[in-house]
Amino acid sequence: MTTERERRFVGPRRGQLIFALVFLGLSALLLALIGEQTAWVKKTRLFAQPRFWPAVSLGGMVLLGGLHLYQLPWRRVSRYDLWEARQWGRSLEYALWFLAYVFLVPLIGYLPVTLAFVPLLARRMGYRSRFMMGICLCFAVAVVVLFKGFLSVKIPGALLYEYLPAGLRSFFILYL
Amino acid sequence: MDLILSAIDILMRWDVALALLAGSVGGVLIGAIPGVGPAVAIAILLPATFSMDPIVGLTVLLGIYGSSMYGGAIPAILINTPGTAVNALTTYDGYPMTARGEPRRALSLAYSASFFGGVFSVICLILFAPVLAKVAPMFGSREIFLAALLGLILVVVAHRGQALIAGALACFGIFLNSIGMEPVKYTQRYTFGQDFLGGGINLIVVVLGLFALSQAFVLLMDEDEKVHLTKLRGGMFQGLRELARHPRVAGVSASFGVLMGMVPGVGEFTAQFMSYTYAQKSSKRPQDFGNGSSEGLIAAETANNAVPAAAMVPLLALGIPGEALTAMMLSVFYVHNVVPGPGLFQNDMDFVVALYLALLILNVLVLIFLLFATRSLIQVVKIPNRFLGVAILTLSFVGVYSLRNSATDCMVAAAFGILGFILKRLALPAVPIILGMVLGGIMEVKLRAGMARVKEPWDFINRPIAFILFTIIILVLASHIFRVWKERKELKEAEWQNKTSSTSFGRLLSRRKNSFLKDRGKEVRGRHSKLLRRLKGLF
Repeated sequence: MTTERERRFVGPRRGQLIFALVFLGLSALLLALIGEQTAWVKKTRLFAQPRFWPAVSLGGMVLLGGLHLYQLPWRRVSRYDLWEARQWGRSLEYALWFLAYVFLVPLIGYLPVTLAFVPLLARRMGYRSRFMMGICLCFAVAVVVLFKGFLSVKIPGALLYEYLPAGLRSFFILYL
Repeated sequence: MDLILSAIDILMRWDVALALLAGSVGGVLIGAIPGVGPAVAIAILLPATFSMDPIVGLTVLLGIYGSSMYGGAIPAILINTPGTAVNALTTYDGYPMTARGEPRRALSLAYSASFFGGVFSVICLILFAPVLAKVAPMFGSREIFLAALLGLILVVVAHRGQALIAGALACFGIFLNSIGMEPVKYTQRYTFGQDFLGGGINLIVVVLGLFALSQAFVLLMDEDEKVHLTKLRGGMFQGLRELARHPRVAGVSASFGVLMGMVPGVGEFTAQFMSYTYAQKSSKRPQDFGNGSSEGLIAAETANNAVPAAAMVPLLALGIPGEALTAMMLSVFYVHNVVPGPGLFQNDMDFVVALYLALLILNVLVLIFLLFATRSLIQVVKIPNRFLGVAILTLSFVGVYSLRNSATDCMVAAAFGILGFILKRLALPAVPIILGMVLGGIMEVKLRAGMARVKEPWDFINRPIAFILFTIIILVLASHIFRVWKERKELKEAEWQNKTSSTSFGRLLSRRKNSFLKDRGKEVRGRHSKLLRRLKGLF
């Protein structure tokens, strides 16, 4: 039966205990490394010490994180917590999609990679219709033209562009 | 008058006009799409604005900030899903109006109330600017440190029921800011010998991860929803007339928005809550609130739209952002070597007034756009969630990669994206991390500078403003502790109510005595004393 304490808890139950444990564990680990990772400078006042703010912040993380863990109405990891942790793991797939996009752009080029990335990810998401694929291609072209062509954001030309004919090469490097 | 003329002079440029138009229309569109929100859009667009003039870049970002709430009212009213988080209260009275066949009335009333709130706050602040210009120079290092500390404390205590973890996350933000080369003694802090950590962790990378990438992950893992839209017929002007019948509710709500907007860390939610409560208590028909009350809708929309202009006050006057969106805008100032703070009010007052005038024009543009384009605009609500996720992931690349062309930045952003995703799933706040990063940096510099001239602890608060700020900090902490104590007491009472036993002290002692006298108690105590004797025997 749900207790009064559980009923008053803000947010879902699943995953809270794991998050609080990991947060506290990592904070304590970082605090334990403070002597190694920060310096104490002689003849310097406490507030000007390089170690002062890491100590305050990590101390706060351990203290408040520990109190948060203590205040949680649950003491045991349930199967819902493990299911939630698996959901967190599922987001890794999309982080990897993003990183693949990041690593391919300097090699193949912003426009070609975006033209492939958007429809492929949309397909992975379950969109199969020609209409959606068309929208994906239009969106990809619009993003590249708007940001690199029009707003001139800093995205370097790709290695592949070096093999293009001279006239096209500079246009591709500058605008696509 | 000269000040306003020179401010108009700053705005009379084609690129500023274009920025105003793009910001206002873009902001409305972004606000109208549930699941995007201004934070995502501002995070993605930040690096693109670095190449623009400060006034142009800030106008685009302000446009998105100021107009997204107008757009956010559309799905809140039509499909009961707030476009931005601050439109949640709009659903209370907006959707019931749609349900009884008055979507047009609800929308036009929301637009009119938002317009009134926006214009009211800008006019208040333009009139208030000379006073601010006189007060701002009184803020030295100590006062700015205390104001930043107050902002951080307010952000933490504003998360009711989650203050402990919000505080821990704010400390995490301060820790993130301290990573890298320390600028005074030139020592490394938590770099683990890695070069990429030597320069510290970039705020924009964290912002993009926590807001944009995490939102993309949420949408990509979500299901597409089928949206049924109500058809809109007729004009949208009736709301202006209806608003004129409730000047008291609109005026008080806008005033709450202005006041709450100026306090760092408080913002739209508190302003809306106060306005809505006031409107309900002072209404002749309080029973209509939550069932399609026009006064409720006016209170919610006026209050939230009065906040953006007011939220610029602590940012411009003291360099202290009160929430995540203004924290992002701070980085635009830094990139252009414009340091917000007392100096800005003293030396570039025309720039400050120009920003306020830009907000005023923006509100007019948005109202005109919405009055004529709502019927076409509502179609954006139909964009499927997963496709939005794909779009945000694609656009986030521009935001992160164009900063320094660094794949490491993208990896850090992806890591923060996963952290933001976890926080969203657990309904934990990400904003304290961002404010911890920004305010932590300010506090470190200002405390070091402030303590250099302090001999005794009392000297730190011996100036009037420092003393007032210190007193407010103590009051806020004391009221929070009192609230927590009261909540614990209520919890205990509620827990006791579930039990059949009496809670009186005498009965408690009586039950304790009975348990001591019962056979089972005797048996257990006998076993324990036997074990204790054995233990003593060992020594």
